[in-house]
Amino acid sequence: MVVMVKGRSVIARYLIRRLGHSIVILLGLIIVVFFVTHMLGDPASLMLRPEATDEQVQALRESLNLDDPLRVQFTRYMGDILRGDFGESLWQRVPALPIVIDRIPATLYLAGVTLLIAVPLAVILGIVSAVKPRSITDRIVTVVSLTGVSVADFWLGLMLILLFAVQLGWLPTSGFGGPRYVILPALALAVRPIGRLSQVVRSAMLDEMSKAYVTTARAKGLKQRVVIFSHTLKNAAIPVLTLAGDEASVMLNGAVVIETLFGWPGVGVLLIEAIEKRDLPVIEASVMAIAVMIVTMNLLIDLTYSLIDPRVRYT
Amino acid sequence: MSSAGKLLPGDPASAKPETLNKRARQSAFRVYAGALWHDKVTLAACVFLFLLALAAIFAPLVAPFDPEEQSLMLRNQPPMTEGGSEAVIPHVLGTDQLGRDLVSRLIHGARISLAVGFAGAIFSGIFGVLVGLIAGYYRGIVDDIIMRAVDTLMGFPSLLTALLVLYALGPGVWKIILVLSVTRWMVFARVTRSLVLSHREEVFVDAARTIGCSDRRILVRHILPNLLSPIIVLVTLEVATMMLTEASLSFLGLGIRPPQSSWGLMLAQGRAYVTTAWWLVTFPGLAILFTALSLNLVATWARAVTDPVTRWRYLSAGTSKSGDE
Repeated sequence: MVVMVKGRSVIARYLIRRLGHSIVILLGLIIVVFFVTHMLGDPASLMLRPEATDEQVQALRESLNLDDPLRVQFTRYMGDILRGDFGESLWQRVPALPIVIDRIPATLYLAGVTLLIAVPLAVILGIVSAVKPRSITDRIVTVVSLTGVSVADFWLGLMLILLFAVQLGWLPTSGFGGPRYVILPALALAVRPIGRLSQVVRSAMLDEMSKAYVTTARAKGLKQRVVIFSHTLKNAAIPVLTLAGDEASVMLNGAVVIETLFGWPGVGVLLIEAIEKRDLPVIEASVMAIAVMIVTMNLLIDLTYSLIDPRVRYT
Repeated sequence: MSSAGKLLPGDPASAKPETLNKRARQSAFRVYAGALWHDKVTLAACVFLFLLALAAIFAPLVAPFDPEEQSLMLRNQPPMTEGGSEAVIPHVLGTDQLGRDLVSRLIHGARISLAVGFAGAIFSGIFGVLVGLIAGYYRGIVDDIIMRAVDTLMGFPSLLTALLVLYALGPGVWKIILVLSVTRWMVFARVTRSLVLSHREEVFVDAARTIGCSDRRILVRHILPNLLSPIIVLVTLEVATMMLTEASLSFLGLGIRPPQSSWGLMLAQGRAYVTTAWWLVTFPGLAILFTALSLNLVATWARAVTDPVTRWRYLSAGTSKSGDE
């Protein structure tokens, strides 16, 4: 019992440290966003069309208090964002944050379906190629997974539209609705994670299968299936999870492009629309929303990690 | 015989190690070339990249048509359409919405796509390696600060940061290269640091320090050469990543803008015609896919061949069948 309690407090401390790290990332991003919008660019000119007159620029500068010293602007900016106030959308004339929050479920839905496709497929491919290293199957899987990481996901989306929506007419070209709408965007988004994760699964499985406990299990006469599924797979999951955080980040970045292509009403498409309309408050709120999603996913992965790997609990 | 002659007493002492060095290098080259010859897939990737680089460098000579030459009569013509009255060769891959030859546009687009990929990878590589060397060699508080910063920056959504910066700066090739380098150097810093950590305790570093080498000399002349092959592998992988990111940015309208052209921009422009002119979106995407795939194949192969643990499999593959099992 004592060990359990101690173990739990160690997990708690580990998670608090990770949470602190996430907060640092988000604060860092806020600073970068301020730097980019207020120092590299000028918010007034970023919000107005290039043909705006000098009077319009000056009026906007005054209404945004852009003539204050940078230090004052920064303090005000930090305070506003920490209170969740990104300003009013210039285009819809309502606060930016609720507009963005409305779009989050759609993005999470797409990401969830993508993971449901990608993770099982990557695990199967990785196991198949690790069972017989350097066989023909292994080489084919390697080339397939390298193709997965080499393909431009939005181009794959275009090809899927061309084949399944235009030529065959099985699935809708774009939009949001029933389950039929999510298949193509999720497939396009899944290819990269499948490629990367299957390689990681392969090398993790190869590592595990060369260890002594596998020899012992084989010596006891256990079947290959048992050795793989009840012995090595769980241990191989540890290095795979370590990289899953990077994958989550890459996937949500890719979602911006895929959402735009498929007209999927998520945060990504909102961000691109806002960039086209030069709607700075919505742009900032969207970037922060996607960053918060990435950071939260990483935290969840860390949590799973500490549950699977007993070594994390005692370090 | 000539090498034996160099060993005679009275010869300059420096001649001997140099000759040996040269011979070792030559034979290493032969070993790698042999290994490459037996791995046909990687060989094909190398040949493809070589030809692509040549085509990009000599684009005006290689391209069958002027990539900017428009023709209202030949808008969105399918592959193998006859090219006008005076043209000898047809438009092999068809023409685009302005009647421009797709092959020529692909060859010219390769210039920007490859230039962005290579320049981005090399700039971020140089900066990242420098930072990684310093962090790994000096350890202590410098290392702590640098690695905290690297960890934090790695948590950023890199495509979004790039989007935001390009939105503020406006489009342009150099701006894209700059943005890609700034958002990707951390990978190099991390890998270099871990490599330096594993080398800095080795005997040859102690020896160099004992004979009075400066820190800079130890880092540049003794540690850096040992890191070269993993870093070159990483650069190769990053070229592919940067090229794909540039394509995404251009597709979203924040990367390359006309009159310049890249494969990503060609996809963005062809997107409107996906139902009527499939070749406009198919071939630029295939160009990106084959290039990135070739880079990945070469990097995977190079990593396996330069890693002493896996090298023997590749090197023995040509001489005995048993190596393949």
